[in-house]
Amino acid sequence: MESFENQLVEHRGYLMRFARLQLRNDAWAEDAVSETLLAALSKPQTFGNRSQLKTWLVGILKHKVIDMIRVHTREVSAPDSGDDLDGEEMDRLDFKADGHFVSEPNDWGDPHQTLQQRQFFQVLDACMERLPPALGRLFLMREWLELSSPEICKELSMTSTNLYVQLHRARLRLQECININWFGKHSA
Amino acid sequence: MSLLRRTCREAAALLVAREDRSLDLPDHVALKLHLMACKACPKFEQQVLTLRAAMTQWRHYADEDDVSK
Repeated sequence: MESFENQLVEHRGYLMRFARLQLRNDAWAEDAVSETLLAALSKPQTFGNRSQLKTWLVGILKHKVIDMIRVHTREVSAPDSGDDLDGEEMDRLDFKADGHFVSEPNDWGDPHQTLQQRQFFQVLDACMERLPPALGRLFLMREWLELSSPEICKELSMTSTNLYVQLHRARLRLQECININWFGKHSA
Repeated sequence: MSLLRRTCREAAALLVAREDRSLDLPDHVALKLHLMACKACPKFEQQVLTLRAAMTQWRHYADEDDVSK
């Protein structure tokens, strides 16, 4: 039986990956992961399988990451507020003057099939990394930390209107990035 | 903008907004009507929904439970 310590070390890699993606700062991510592993070491537990241990560790990490965001609250300010919800950002999609699509959006095919492909998630990861830091942080507070809108607004001292503008922006950019880097290459 | 008429541009914006907030009734109905009549927007909707499912799967890292690095 592997020691608990060794089991933990094996999990460091992906904990770092999540922490980096969420915090967008390597030093903070290192700290959050170290604190997670220390907290885990201080209450060793036995798990039936790797995946249960992983779930437990990710749960701890999320708390440490939120603490980290609070500690650095000045540096993680919300992205600049946009003017209106569907203003310039919608122009990233091509519309004619009358509001119609210039060309039909790509057919992304059968979602079940798509989501079985590891490569798709590599593209998704890369696209999330490519979001500007403040925008990526906010998007992952929603999608990974699963904070509610009021909670995110409170942590980042922003209005809900601005939050929706930013999430809207992040989603469109991700979709665009996936269109270019996945479906652009895989559909012909 | 008439009460229940939306352009593709407006419909696409609503489809993205719907991921984070619930739409008010006129927008909700207008979007439904638009999607029934339009050929392009259902494809855009499919992209939004696929991304939603992808984020759920990503969050639960369902695809990498057996990977050791």
